[in-house]
Amino acid sequence: MSTHHISVTINGTVYEDDVDSRLLLVHWLRDSLHLVGTHIGCDTTSCGACTILVNGKAAKSCTMLAVQANGCQLSTVEGLEQNGQLHPMQEGFHQEHALQCGYCTPGMMMAGIALLQSNPHPTEEQIRIGISGNLCRCTGYVNIVKAIQYAAEKMQASEQVPLATAGAKEVGDDD
Amino acid sequence: MIPDAFDYAEAHSIVEAVELLGHYRDDAKILAGGHSLIPLLRFRLAAPTVLIDISKVDELEYMHEADGALHIGAMTRESALDTSSLILERYPILHDTAMSIADPTVRNWATIGGNLAHADPANDHPATMLALNASIVITGPAGQRVIPVTEFFTDIAFETALQPDELLTEIRIPMPGERAGSAYVKLKRKIGDYAIIGVAACVELDTNGVVTQAGIALTNAAPYSIKARDAEQFLVGKSLDDATLHQVADLAAADAHPLSDGRGPAEYKQAMVRTLCVRALRLALARANGRDL
Amino acid sequence: MTTDAHPHRLGEAYKRKEDARFIRGQGNYVDDVQLPHMLYGDIVRSPYAHALITNIDISEAMKVPGVVAVVTGKDLEAAGLAWMPTLSADMEAVLAVDRVHFQMQEVAFVVATSRYAAADGVASVQVDYEPLPVVIDPQKALDPDAPLLRPDKAEKQPTNQIYHWETGDRAGTEAVFTDAEANGVVIKQDMFIPRIHPAPIETCGCVADYHAATGKLTVWLTSQAPHAHRTLFALVAGLPEHRIRIISPDVGGGFGNKVPIYPGYVCAVVASLKTGKPVKWIEDRSENLGSTGFARDYHIHAELAADKDGNVQGLRVHTLADHGAFDAAAQPTKFPAGLFHICTGSYDFKHAFVDVDAVHTNKAPGGIAYRCSFRVTEASYLIERMMDTLAHDIGKDPADLRLQNFIKPEAFPYRSALDWTYDSGNYEGALKLAMKNVDYAGLRREQAEKRARGELMGIGISSFTEIVGAGPGKHFDIAGIQMFDSCEIRVHPTGKVLARIGVQTQGQGHETTFSQIIAAELGLSPDDVDVEHGDTDTAPYGLGTYASRSTAVGGAATAIAARKVRDKAKKIAAYLLEASEDDLEWEPGRFYVKGAPTRGKTMQELAFAAYTNCPPFLEPGLEAVNYYDPPDLTYPFGSYICVVDIDRGTGEVHIRRFMAVDDCGTVINPMIVEGQVHGGLTQGLAPALYEELSYDEEGNIQGGNFQDYLIPTAVETPGWEIDRTVTPSPHHPIGAKGVGESPTVGAPQAIVNAVVDALAHVGVRHIDMPITPWKVWKILDEKGLTAD
Repeated sequence: MSTHHISVTINGTVYEDDVDSRLLLVHWLRDSLHLVGTHIGCDTTSCGACTILVNGKAAKSCTMLAVQANGCQLSTVEGLEQNGQLHPMQEGFHQEHALQCGYCTPGMMMAGIALLQSNPHPTEEQIRIGISGNLCRCTGYVNIVKAIQYAAEKMQASEQVPLATAGAKEVGDDD
Repeated sequence: MIPDAFDYAEAHSIVEAVELLGHYRDDAKILAGGHSLIPLLRFRLAAPTVLIDISKVDELEYMHEADGALHIGAMTRESALDTSSLILERYPILHDTAMSIADPTVRNWATIGGNLAHADPANDHPATMLALNASIVITGPAGQRVIPVTEFFTDIAFETALQPDELLTEIRIPMPGERAGSAYVKLKRKIGDYAIIGVAACVELDTNGVVTQAGIALTNAAPYSIKARDAEQFLVGKSLDDATLHQVADLAAADAHPLSDGRGPAEYKQAMVRTLCVRALRLALARANGRDL
Repeated sequence: MTTDAHPHRLGEAYKRKEDARFIRGQGNYVDDVQLPHMLYGDIVRSPYAHALITNIDISEAMKVPGVVAVVTGKDLEAAGLAWMPTLSADMEAVLAVDRVHFQMQEVAFVVATSRYAAADGVASVQVDYEPLPVVIDPQKALDPDAPLLRPDKAEKQPTNQIYHWETGDRAGTEAVFTDAEANGVVIKQDMFIPRIHPAPIETCGCVADYHAATGKLTVWLTSQAPHAHRTLFALVAGLPEHRIRIISPDVGGGFGNKVPIYPGYVCAVVASLKTGKPVKWIEDRSENLGSTGFARDYHIHAELAADKDGNVQGLRVHTLADHGAFDAAAQPTKFPAGLFHICTGSYDFKHAFVDVDAVHTNKAPGGIAYRCSFRVTEASYLIERMMDTLAHDIGKDPADLRLQNFIKPEAFPYRSALDWTYDSGNYEGALKLAMKNVDYAGLRREQAEKRARGELMGIGISSFTEIVGAGPGKHFDIAGIQMFDSCEIRVHPTGKVLARIGVQTQGQGHETTFSQIIAAELGLSPDDVDVEHGDTDTAPYGLGTYASRSTAVGGAATAIAARKVRDKAKKIAAYLLEASEDDLEWEPGRFYVKGAPTRGKTMQELAFAAYTNCPPFLEPGLEAVNYYDPPDLTYPFGSYICVVDIDRGTGEVHIRRFMAVDDCGTVINPMIVEGQVHGGLTQGLAPALYEELSYDEEGNIQGGNFQDYLIPTAVETPGWEIDRTVTPSPHHPIGAKGVGESPTVGAPQAIVNAVVDALAHVGVRHIDMPITPWKVWKILDEKGLTAD
């Protein structure tokens, strides 16, 4: 099996590593980099718990190989809060009680952020379609929709919140 | 859940991709969007020796009209079809089809070329292309060849006219006429699911509202996508009034031979071919007349 | 999260304390646990539903780089661990020795240095099987010539029937039916409630870490009941209980799926004992759906007797319960069919009789789960369907029929014909509120108009009664352990509180709601009260969270422990203020002298005094613990009204509107209650229209992954409308009843009733769940009602 050297920017920090071809991106994030905020909930690309942003686009990290992320910019839930300031989506989820067990939440928030990037004023129907790739068993989605609406309003009121940039890391640096 | 071992190679041009295919042939699988392939690998239902990643082949991602046709590069993502105003205005059937696939996140990565080349009988684009009378551009070591989509698929699932050293590089769709309308209607158990039945319909009308061209094709009405030729031929030269609509739908249903499975009994699917054919044609007609339903 | 000074009451929509870590991706779920030298386990599973194992060859697997060990049933047999007891007094295979009983059954456990090596190891284990005839139909399992599926217990149980259970007054009920057949109305209906699965988004798993030097076994476990699991591990594995520590960290949803002990846990523990290293086992989704605790699978025959005016007289129910290969149902041991005999529901039946025959088939074992309150989903479904069927048969409006037959508010505490004593209820109040909110009369008018035009619209009602809060120790135990629960409160010198509870959240928000209970009792801010749970080394013994028992039992223990703290604080206050306790008044956060309100001591001052100036007649410190044995169960209730429109072309059911009025007694946090209702309704919608786990004739599971097991997305889920009435429980310290499962219990039948109501005018009486478009279409086709 072949090994490849990859260089991936995650939440502004560059990670360098040697990975097997078959290593799934979600396993690299969780097991190698200890970025355990991104979760695994299924094996058929259905549940979206593993959703992150790759080059600004929502991606299900269980259906990508780590090698495919070489040279890419990734955003995960760990990068949402900056300098002690929560991202409007995080705020919205908290204010609107849009999480219960919290397991689908990181993926759901990333999907919500991706939606608002391409559609800053979505209707309720567009929100529901926008998160149709993310399953939740706890909340019944009502408050998740409200949270995304909250974030949309907040993000329109202030400037678009950029996701983190800058920094470098070799895997194994601070294990 | 976890794939078997495989090698990985990256192509940066069509030429390089074709070379790699020529080298590995049946031992290789093309990695485009990966959202059909990687799930298969995770369940160890496919065991290629090497994946050839073509996502960095920029020359495969484009969409433009030229020479009387819409040219779509194979690596064009479904999300690009979702958001393109060109597609929405002139090829609404493609918008419908793309929007019906999986979910918005998957659509950021899934490609139209992959959807066709994978030839899963449950995929949606095959029927749409059959209805559009599209052509498929294939690039191999000897260069390009262009074949009608009717010759691209066989009646065997997951099988296409692609040779082991060939790559699907472009889809060509004839430009619509003055008064053209199209629609893809997909019945499913829940959003994101494969079709219980899908019907693709395209019509072109003359100034009197008489159909001059018709394309009708079915998803999941058989173990392969079906071009409902009898229905198409019946429709040409007629107006799309209610009686004709129902006769056309009956003819399309006559071509269907769905199987009973978790998406419903065969009898139901058969009836749905009829129902969806009516709905797809009504929507196509409305669009041809400059309205939406 | 801010700290504020003013005291808080119950009923505040306090924002959740646990959110802080979850929104940052800093939850600590079992798969997040990473320990040095950790190994990974993965399971070899049977592709056959019923087969003999003739050989297991692990030699190729042992050659896979990274594979450290392969454990088989024979290895476990040597340690007496190949079988383990279930929560229903059956035995369940941990790893199959010579026979497999269901597709996906565990056959071998591969241990390796990485997930990927473990998976490769699994793919390399070679197992030879000799297929045996498969039994999927529970009715066929009872045939005299059916193959015996459990030869391991042939002596005790010579057939596939596990038990027969009955309750009620058989003779009295028969008499009532005889009379009704002559002079009244008898309704009969068969109903099948298919197998479904709780499918929390986090699957089950564990990290087992045994330290040979100390003899201590720590297991991070997806557990809804960590203490019970600890005791069971001690009993089953013969390990000393004080050296077992179960940590249920953050749990990504439970819904009953994380109550049983699964073979993967036992194998991981064995592997850790054997290797002396931590062993992680996390199942994937297909394993979760295909092998862990399913729910429902009840074949019900129900009969209802009423007089000509529709006053209910008697209920008679026979059920065939399919438990799969092993009876691994999780319920109190004295109730093999759970609390199914709540099936007289909200109605005043004078006579009832219920019997249940349980049977084995070649399917995954179980099955009480999926937010069901121990079979209350099944019970409530059947009675609400029968009431609607009665209404349609005698031409009465389903709301009127219910109002006519409700147990009246004056009748509480109400003893049902099947021996439950309902604590309190106001069924009429809930239904009338729901009716008002939807303009029920207006909906019926609209329905009539639409019907005249050939449009199919339906209105469905569900006026359910729940039974939760198990339960009084005399009658309720899990594997013998009485179902009390507990709370331990420690007040620090500076007036901050650390509390530990015996229940175990999987998203219900206990860190917030239980801090609210304590804060209300002691006049503090919830932010001054932190609540911990899930670590059996520190939390007081509890029976965990399922069947909506946390607030009912754990919440009671918490309130009482808080009152003990307050009582001691009062003694300290009396001492410091040089007054007698009788002369002291309490306002939230403070004791003061009657008539001299400026002479008082705050809780903070009293806490400080407990450590610095403690009365000589008291022990220093300020803490209390309560183990609460509830005097009774609690009975939340509600009325739901669902409006549907049916697509005559495709048979698709569109839910236009769903109004849910719930009564859970005292509301601790309305925001959290609403969230629970939203989620529970969605898990009621799911089985009504979408979810089903079935098996084909050969025992191959259908719907065993998230592509085919149809969990509703935000698109399928309506915008739920919520309202409430409040009827406190008279026996609960804060009057609370619990609410987590009410919506899952009450919702499916509201939807089914609505669909049947849409078609009742053409003679449709019942449609089994899930109501798929093709089931509806077939009816439309038969009745000539299809359209484009």
